[in-house]
Parts: sequence; structure tokens; C-alpha cells
Amino acid sequence: MTALVVGIGHPLRGDDAVGAMVALAVEDLALPGVAVLCHHGEGADLIARWSGFDRVVAVDATVSGTEPGAVRRWDACAAPLPVGRFPKSSHVFGLPEAVELARLLGRLPPSLTVIGVEGVDFRAGATMHAAVAAAVPALAAEIARLLAFDAELQA
Amino acid sequence: MAETRTIKVDAIARVEGEGSLSVKIRNGEIADLHFGIFEPPRFFEAFLKGRDFREVPDITARICGICPIAYLMGASQAMESILGLTVTRPIRDLRRLIYCGEWIESHALHVYMLHAPDFLGLDDALQLAAINRPLVENALRLKKIGNDVMEAIGGGRAVHPVNLRVGGFYKAPPRAAIRALEADLQWALETSVETVKLVGGFEFPDVEQDYTFMALRHPDEYAIHEGRLATSTGVEFPVSAFLDHVSEEHVAWSNALHGVARDGGAHHVGPLARYAINFDKLGAPARAAAEAAGLGPVVRNPFKSIVVRAVELVQACDDALKLVREYVEPDPPFVDAEIRAGEGHGCTEAPRGICYHRYRIDADGAVLDARIVPPTAQNQKVMELDLAKVVRANLDQPDEVIKWRAEQAIRNYDPCISCATHFLKLELDRG
Repeated sequence: MTALVVGIGHPLRGDDAVGAMVALAVEDLALPGVAVLCHHGEGADLIARWSGFDRVVAVDATVSGTEPGAVRRWDACAAPLPVGRFPKSSHVFGLPEAVELARLLGRLPPSLTVIGVEGVDFRAGATMHAAVAAAVPALAAEIARLLAFDAELQA
Repeated sequence: MAETRTIKVDAIARVEGEGSLSVKIRNGEIADLHFGIFEPPRFFEAFLKGRDFREVPDITARICGICPIAYLMGASQAMESILGLTVTRPIRDLRRLIYCGEWIESHALHVYMLHAPDFLGLDDALQLAAINRPLVENALRLKKIGNDVMEAIGGGRAVHPVNLRVGGFYKAPPRAAIRALEADLQWALETSVETVKLVGGFEFPDVEQDYTFMALRHPDEYAIHEGRLATSTGVEFPVSAFLDHVSEEHVAWSNALHGVARDGGAHHVGPLARYAINFDKLGAPARAAAEAAGLGPVVRNPFKSIVVRAVELVQACDDALKLVREYVEPDPPFVDAEIRAGEGHGCTEAPRGICYHRYRIDADGAVLDARIVPPTAQNQKVMELDLAKVVRANLDQPDEVIKWRAEQAIRNYDPCISCATHFLKLELDRG
């Protein structure tokens, strides 16, 4: 099984950094057969990047009004991601659009889990909210368990 | 009794950045029309003051994730003009190659994903993918090839490449890495020619505008990264005289200064301008594609900018292919000179039009002041003129039709509002 963990977001924009922080925490675990990527979130490029992987986990910040650090999980192969949950610029399209375009083009990976972490402050130069930062190690460990379980299942 | 209609659109889709459009109509006449930019000013020119001149290309590249090369190169050239530097031929060629990469990724994105849906009655590229999967596959592959060119030269990064500097490059990409792009670029060239055929077959509203075009012109090539400035009225001048011909004015409804011609007129920059001024410099494949699509040497219908942009896609792929085949590693990868005080100018053809830079530095190389005039700032006035014409021609139409046409009129320019400072909201008040 080839697996990819993508952390989406800008490391210098407050809670937007959470995706990248989780990806780096997964990288520190040096999981065999798991590639790690920190990504700016541009949709067309995301589709190219996950091409060829059997198992993809994408981590991004969410903005839904719930408490900071709250974690949600979606099976993107099963259903569209909720629109408006992910912070995005009006530049082109982001993760939810990339998922839908890939679905139409038959370019979704066989398995794509999206993990969203609720953020509150996305200003340039802001530090991550304590509750968001606190979610990082637990999520890295959860992703490691998830990928190990999937690998075992496949073996 | 006066007729009253109010139309409001909060966000025009498929443009880069955030802005607004408001139209007031009284008794069947346009009383007021503004293309507004409410994105807060970005203050780049202010925070460049005091920075070392060598930092300026990388700092200004952050103005835009779509066209960072325009900023990297305009700033570098301005600094080089201060230092009296002339880059070597291999450095010059490598610069043109990475710029072709930027044109390919930016034009492919706009032609297929942002602009084509307008002509097919679709809302977005997702709907396009649902009805024509191969088309969107091609678009994604073309864009990726542009990105690959930028990554091969730009230090592995297509968004904000890191390998460009004043005087050239930090490191010359190995020949093998550049030659590896050849097969994909050959495919891109063939696909671009097909793209011109495809978009040339769209139906276009019958709108002709009497634009004054302004673009770079170069004696030997379709100008992208160097040349003199030329207008369709026959005036030609060096880049250093840009501010003698173009001034900037503040209008209350926009956080982006309007770039306007000093004679009081509006000038048009971008693909239509480049094409009109440099038609004789198009390479054979681009020229053949343009002629096959029925384009003459000047195109004045803003809606046909999609076809001209596709012709430029052919030109960029053709140029890139030649540059890849002839690539020689620049050795050394950059040229250097003693720091000296002075004022310098740079101007290149960003995908959306000319992007001008002017800097003054002191004897230690610290920036004393900076001035950047991006293409969308210059096109604001002609966008308003186009909008007025389009709205006037559709006054008898329902609000939804006016909105649709007005949004299209804006997208003809592929505006990068984030560069101009950043979105679009349409407010139509008939009352």
C-alpha cells in the first residue's frame, strides 16, 4: 500500500498552519511506506500530487463556528465535503473543489480521508490557538494507527 | 414614473481576488458604474523601504501566487539597470523559459477553467468536467506542464519559485532536467493548437471597442520579458519613460489605484494589446492557429480575448520547446556588480499585461522608494468602459442576464485583483 499524508495550509497564518503541523508530526514518526507533503491547497495541483497513491489522508483547517481544535473526519470517496467549511482564497479552488473535480475525472485515490481541525485566527503572523496546537500530536498518532490498520487489512 | 431596478451580486466567481461592481440605472440609462476593489491595500511599496535590494524580487513575488515570475523579473531587471548589469545570453534564455512556464500555467487555467464555462453556459469547471472530461484533463495537464517548467528552474517550486535573483539564478538547472520537459512541451504545443480551434468556435457577443493598446515590443521575438513599450497609436518609448506616459489616480470606490494614460485616456494591457502590437512577431504555429481561427492582426472584441489567450498559449509552448532544446547551463548562473546608488526601472509582460517596477536604492543597496504598477490596475478603466457598453446593450434584459454578461465582461480580463491590490461583487441599482 502506498500512502500519502497531505497537510494543507499556510504555516505562517495562525490556525491555518494546523494541516502542515500534523503532516510534520506524522513525518517525525517515520512511518514506513508513508509519504508526507505540506501543501498550499491549490486544487489542480492536489489532484496531481495524490495521483498514484492508494491511501490519502488530507488534513486542513475548518471554519464552521464550533469550538477551536474540534476535529471532524470525512470519507471523501463516499460523499462530497461540506461546502464552506474550509478556509480558501477566491484564487481558483481548494480542497472540496479538488475532491469533486477528481471524482468527475475518475482521479480520486481509492481511499481519501479528510480530517478538519477547527481554527479561529487565520491572520498572517498569528500563533496557533492553544486548543488547535493541542490537537496536533493526537491527530498524528490517529493517522499512524489508521494507516497501520489499513495496511494490515490489505496484507 | 421612474423605472427602478436593483441588482446585487456579492461575489463574481472565477476571478483572482475580491472586488465589486455597482451599476445605477435611472430611466433606462446608466447613471453611474463602478468597478470597485475593496480588498485592503497591501502596502508592499511601503514595507520595501529600507530593505536590501537583493530581497526585493522574492518579496514582491509574494504579491501573486499565479504570476510570481512577473514580479521576480521586473524587480530584478530594475535593480540590474541601477547596477549597470547585463545578463548573459544563457541567463536571458533561461529567464524567458521560466516566464513561458508562467504563461502556460496561467493561460491554461484561465482559458479552460475560468473563462470557457462562460461560453458554454456553465457555472464552473466542475460542470465542464461533467460534460467534457477529456477537455478538463487536458487543461489540468497543460497547467501542470507550465508548473513543471517553473519547478525545474525555480528551485522545485511553481508557486513563489526561489531560484531567481538579481543578475540571474542562484543555481543553473542541469541540462537533463530541462531536456526532460521536451516531450510534455511537444504535447502541450499540439494541445494548445487544438485549444485555439476549440475556443475559436465559441459564439461571441458583437462588441468592438476602440482601445489604445500598450505592450512591450522586441525586435526579435514576441515580447515577454524585455523590450520597449509601444502603443497602438504608434508611440514607442523605453521602459524608464513609463511614468511619463501613465499616471495613477485614486478613485473613491477602489483600493487599487487606477493606472491611466497621461493624455487622459484609458489604455488596455494584456493579450489583446500584445497581439495587436506584436502580431508580426508571432511564431509560425501561433500565427497559423490565429489565422485558422479567423483572427485578423488586431482583435478589438474583448470577449475574443479567450482566443487570443489561446494563441499566446501556442506561442509560449512553441518558445518553451525551442528554449528547452537549445538549453545551455548558464555558467556562472548569475552576474554581479558593485552596489551603487541610483534609480532603475523594470517592465515585463505578466500573463495579464505589463507589470512595471521602479526603485531607488542608496549606496548601501537599501531601498529608498518603490513603485509597482500591475496590469489589472491599468485595466480598471477599460473594464469600466467595456461594462458600460455591455450593460447598455442589455438594458432591456432581465437582471440575471445583465449580471451574467457583466461578470463575463470582467472575466475577459482575467483580472488579478489581488495583484491590483484583490474579488468581485455586483450591485445593480435601477432606482
